[in-house]
Amino acid sequence: MISSSAHLVLHEDDHRLFGESLRRLRQDANAKAVFLIDKNGQQIAAAGEIEQFDTMSLASLTAGNVAATDGLAKLVGEREFSVLFHEGEQDHIHISIVAQRGILVVIFDDRSSLGLVRLRVKRANAELEKIFESMLQKGQGGGTGERTSPFSEITDEDIDALFT
Amino acid sequence: MTFINYASKEINCKIVYYGPGLGGKTTNLSYIYNKTAPEAKGKMISLATETDRTLFFDFLPLDLGTIRGFTTRFHLYTVPGQVFYDASRKLILKGVDGVVFVADSQSERMEANIESVRNLEQNLVEHGFDLSTIPYALQFNKRDLPEILPSDEMYRILNYKREPTFEAVATEGIGVFDTLKSVAKQILIELRKK
Repeated sequence: MISSSAHLVLHEDDHRLFGESLRRLRQDANAKAVFLIDKNGQQIAAAGEIEQFDTMSLASLTAGNVAATDGLAKLVGEREFSVLFHEGEQDHIHISIVAQRGILVVIFDDRSSLGLVRLRVKRANAELEKIFESMLQKGQGGGTGERTSPFSEITDEDIDALFT
Repeated sequence: MTFINYASKEINCKIVYYGPGLGGKTTNLSYIYNKTAPEAKGKMISLATETDRTLFFDFLPLDLGTIRGFTTRFHLYTVPGQVFYDASRKLILKGVDGVVFVADSQSERMEANIESVRNLEQNLVEHGFDLSTIPYALQFNKRDLPEILPSDEMYRILNYKREPTFEAVATEGIGVFDTLKSVAKQILIELRKK
């Protein structure tokens, strides 16, 4: 288990793998858009018609939603509620937990169905979990990896320049 | 928990505005939102009650520019200040990188300030954080009101670890950006250490 204060680090190769996996899921589930979000509300990857959504707000609200639901689960003695479903008139949102740290959001309309989305999400979950684990392991490795952090050399001037 | 995305060249950090109810946390965020160029900010979300009290959180994503080629984005959150929303308040601290404590300068609110700092300390511990080490700034808000305590007295009571402290009138923007800059700088300095 990664500590709560550790950074989450996403490298290009994992980002590409996440992207491929999400694109497949979107296609197989006939969904409008698919997002993978960190439980703290940061978007990790996305696929589909993402330009029609305010992705940052979506990530933050989804994380808040999942956090509140986690709180409810604990209140009734459950470890977690691993799936959330919001049904609208046209669009529906299926939310599920991946590898305990990620949130998979599938937005779909009547061109798909809840059954199909659930089935495809289950399949995609195993794949995403593997990529997630590899990403977290690399993140935990931190500076021991082949890449040194570009932030170790941030100067006071770099920081001050942000605020001018 | 800073999110470093090498694919999109972004650093994302989370700052939480904490403090007692009606202290001005949402007002801080609203001022920042109103004074920031459209290209540097996202939508501000407020999950509030019908009487405009924060129910769950306010959220404002803010781009501060680039550092070493990475877009530096801060996600600003407020917590609901009212005592009975503690379960929700705790959730917002998940993955926090830095905290701004917005204290109400009115003498009648000192007890609420003290209780809220204690509550912050406890809730951070539940997420594996420590107020004595996390980037932290203290703001004495509402300096324009009558019946306020002198700043040095507030500092004596509320100061936790000689954190940077700012007098503010959030409704007019006084002290708002200074407080934000202070905590953002501390977060980036922490990032350098790690």
